[in-house]
Amino acid sequence: MSATLPNRVEEAPGFVARDRAQHPAAFTPGYKSTFLRAPKQALLSFDATLSERTGPAFGHNMLGELDNDLIVNYAKPGEQALGPRIVVHGHIIDENARPVPNVLVEFWQANASGRYRHKKEGYQAPLDPNFGGFGRTITDENGYYWFRTIQPGPYPWPNGVNDWRPAHIHFSIFGTGFAQRLISQMYFEGDPMVQICPIVNTISDPDAIDRLVARLDMNNTIPMDLRAYRFDMVLRGRRSTFFENKKEGN
Amino acid sequence: MAMLPSYLAELKETPSQTAGPYVHIGMTPNWSGITGVYPEDPGLEVIKDGVKGERITVNVRVIDGGNNPVADCVVEIWQADANGIYNSPAEHRGKADPNFIGWGRFPADEDGRLSFETIKPGAVPGPKGAMMAPHISMWIVARGINVGLLTRMYFSDEADANAKDGVLAKARMSGRDKTMIGKREGDTVTFDIYLQGENETAFLDV
Repeated sequence: MSATLPNRVEEAPGFVARDRAQHPAAFTPGYKSTFLRAPKQALLSFDATLSERTGPAFGHNMLGELDNDLIVNYAKPGEQALGPRIVVHGHIIDENARPVPNVLVEFWQANASGRYRHKKEGYQAPLDPNFGGFGRTITDENGYYWFRTIQPGPYPWPNGVNDWRPAHIHFSIFGTGFAQRLISQMYFEGDPMVQICPIVNTISDPDAIDRLVARLDMNNTIPMDLRAYRFDMVLRGRRSTFFENKKEGN
Repeated sequence: MAMLPSYLAELKETPSQTAGPYVHIGMTPNWSGITGVYPEDPGLEVIKDGVKGERITVNVRVIDGGNNPVADCVVEIWQADANGIYNSPAEHRGKADPNFIGWGRFPADEDGRLSFETIKPGAVPGPKGAMMAPHISMWIVARGINVGLLTRMYFSDEADANAKDGVLAKARMSGRDKTMIGKREGDTVTFDIYLQGENETAFLDV
């Protein structure tokens, strides 16, 4: 019935332009690894095409039962990882405040002593035999995610003579389009190491840094068990499509 | 963060931070030697048996501004199927080949090299319906990369389509279009990504 046809073919809308002032520059001298790895030419800017408006989707069936429980997902049967027990939870929404459901969220971190389970790690703090240090989940229909872990420790790293990373958890997030792909790090409220970290300080806007700091959430803390930290993330928003680049209706 | 009505929302994207030197723990744990948690690392296969299209092997090398291999990077790829359809809920033009995945994730080796099997993607429409030349999107993260770097690999055997491609035309204005073209020889395509230096790859802001 032609009367019910929409005015135009449905298309995945483009994205709000990325505000690069909210992100670190490519070259940030305080973080020495950027010296040889930062591109120096201008980025090629253009409105996202289908190649970036589309992106992969992941099904809940890829998840194992313990994927979002770092306290036990690597532990021997009946044992648990050592350290302050926490749950990290929050909403993933876009810049239009719309929830982002059914997207893959991955996380990795050091153990309670600040040690990573990695062959190139040189810190003398011990490994925890019951802690692997990574997990994943998929946001629910409201864009909500959560996982259980231990609070990681700070650790020294080779940059300046005496640089230490604040306690942090790495996040990798997919949106619905490849242009939304994002990797970041979550810090903890009240940690004095945050403000002196050369990697944190690759971001010049203090408000932007503050949005990487998870808040202690006593309301969701479970008595005699674990504390909660709230960490919401925002992905790029899609534009409204109105009359986008069309001289006339379809 | 409350769910604001959209007319009040002025939210900013969460800032990026480097993936760091231990990116493999979270993104390719089995490859990094931490087994028993995930049955396999995500993104190992871009295609499945029975996929339609021209099979190719893509060999990528990532090099820094000092000509050193970027041995600790991870590259994710995203491409259309042989008919130019993406395997994505955001794809509204049709269904992709059921044996086609289209997304992959590959950690570089000590020489900064990675390799994957796929099919040559079909052309995808760009702005105003003009066809874009076949290409594979690549996103590079590593220690020392503050915001993931996006580029495209086009194909050297598509000279005519490449000449009409709008993104390559933009790169050509600064003499960088060649940095986005993979060299096709038989069933193999070779693509070097230079993060910096005289051959610096053109990276995208979309």
